[in-house]
Amino acid sequence: MAQLSARGLTLQYEQRRVVERLSTTIPEGKVTMIVGANACGKSTLLRGLSRLLKPSAGVVTLDGKDIHSRPARELARTLGLLPQHPIAPDCITVRELVGRGRYPHQGFFRSWRTGDQSEHDLAVERALEATSTLELAGRNVDELSGGQRQRVWIAMALAQETDVLLLDEPTTYLDLAHQVEVLDLITDLNRRRGTTVAIVLHDLNLAARYADHVIAMKSGTIVGEGPASQIFTEDLVGDVFGLESRVVADPLSGTPLILPIGRHHTATPSTPVELEFAS
Amino acid sequence: MSPRNRTALLAAVVLVLLAVAVLLGSYTVTIPDFLKIVAAQLTGGEKIPGASFIVMENKLPRAVLAALVGVAFGLSGGLFQTMLRNPLASPDVIGISYGASASAVLAIVVFGASGLAVSASALVGAIGVALVIYAISRGTGGQTAGVRSGNAAGNRLVLAGVGIAAALGAVVNFLMTRADIRTASEALIWLNGSLNPANWERVGILLASLAVLVPALAILARPLRMLELGDDVAAGLGIRVNAVRFGLVITAVALAAVATAAAGPVAFVAFLAGPIARRVVGRPSLPASAFTGAAIVLAADYLAYNVAPLVLNGTVLPVGVITGALGAPFLLWLLMTSNRVTSNRKEA
Repeated sequence: MAQLSARGLTLQYEQRRVVERLSTTIPEGKVTMIVGANACGKSTLLRGLSRLLKPSAGVVTLDGKDIHSRPARELARTLGLLPQHPIAPDCITVRELVGRGRYPHQGFFRSWRTGDQSEHDLAVERALEATSTLELAGRNVDELSGGQRQRVWIAMALAQETDVLLLDEPTTYLDLAHQVEVLDLITDLNRRRGTTVAIVLHDLNLAARYADHVIAMKSGTIVGEGPASQIFTEDLVGDVFGLESRVVADPLSGTPLILPIGRHHTATPSTPVELEFAS
Repeated sequence: MSPRNRTALLAAVVLVLLAVAVLLGSYTVTIPDFLKIVAAQLTGGEKIPGASFIVMENKLPRAVLAALVGVAFGLSGGLFQTMLRNPLASPDVIGISYGASASAVLAIVVFGASGLAVSASALVGAIGVALVIYAISRGTGGQTAGVRSGNAAGNRLVLAGVGIAAALGAVVNFLMTRADIRTASEALIWLNGSLNPANWERVGILLASLAVLVPALAILARPLRMLELGDDVAAGLGIRVNAVRFGLVITAVALAAVATAAAGPVAFVAFLAGPIARRVVGRPSLPASAFTGAAIVLAADYLAYNVAPLVLNGTVLPVGVITGALGAPFLLWLLMTSNRVTSNRKEA
């Protein structure tokens, strides 16, 4: 278990301030979804929480200790990150790529210390198994489909075996079936290992369904925090995304289901549509 | 064959080429004679008149220097290409060799320098240009922080290098037009890259430099493999990205600089060693790049020193003429065939 918190966090690139005096705590052992419009600072917040960006003010703490005061490698044994655009090197096999997730756990002269090698191999095996990529282990990452590749990257993050895992839009470019598969996988991880997970996600309905906790952001600050049922209201969606919507109960999960109202193909918002299944 | 065996094969090729360079050529030496000569040299025993001198003072230092220069260029090129994720990013392309050239020609033409003074001057020039390029490429670095900044940094570096190369090329041309014909031809031989001035002193200096740089590289090799996954992933795995990248740039520049100082900017070796090694081994590999670089320089120097005189009425060519003449078409072939492989790769 590990608790990740931000206090008075300000993050900026050069002169451009992206996150402003933000304070929050990622609940331990829960799945947190960070949502917001494009460029609201949610990815930047994730970078700030994971040491990729040094705060210009404020502090990020893991179990009460400033993450910037800890050695990078030691921190990487507790806090894992899967960024938005990982790059697969040429001619690397799935097993090798996943094995690189073990880097923070390995000694300096890894190849000379064969003693605990089996422990690393086991961790890689577990990660491959959890992501159903075991049968791909010997294949080159270049040859995989987008969905398979994303599972492999998640496997690499799993092999790191951290207590906290941050994921930046892990479902981008995936079709709906693969999106659900990835989110199920992350939920499994959370339930089995108690891993604290924070995910930046664009799809509000999937976020609502898979979140234990939601953080809604707008222009670098948090405008709402709490369980999905409290956060995803028509007012908040209007405020955060500038989008008119109807929110109904998801007939499968009971979580909020956001129905966007555009200018076309929707009945006049003033005449509510009968929802037979919303019971 | 596994990548490891293929790398070993490349190492064996280097050994064979070393043996060819020492034993064959315009003056052939038998293996027993060679062993006798070396043993005599080491134990201070009786020397074979003529043969001892030719082997110990000419053929052996020349071959060893060729191999070491090739190793240094191969490592430097492979390192830049891996680190910047850009096959164009080699010390010849990003201007480092031009810095060395301009500085060396300045020393030859203006100060009448020769021998090690030219090498020292080349070293200073290479490092100077490297600092300028690094400053330029860092100047706007912060803004792209994050998303694929490795690629962006690589492209910026290549563009900065092309600009600097053009400017320094003009400096070299200007100096050449001002020089008298004898100095100019001396400078020209240096500019082409030549192993003619090879001696044990140069071998010693280069060997000492490599004794520092290769272990440094070995330490940075694993963090480099994490950097290949992108800066953000590497940082997430506990790599101090900026520190590691700085160390890698210093090492790669120093490797190119000491090699250029020893033999001049031997064209295309740093550029080609990485891609050829990759073709042979099946994946990018620094040790394979080093061996490939050594094999290229040894083979090219054998052609320049022993084969060219047979065809050209006794004219010995600078090794860089051969690597340039054979390297350019090979590069084009590589581009044409590798495009097909890489174009259907999707970015993850």
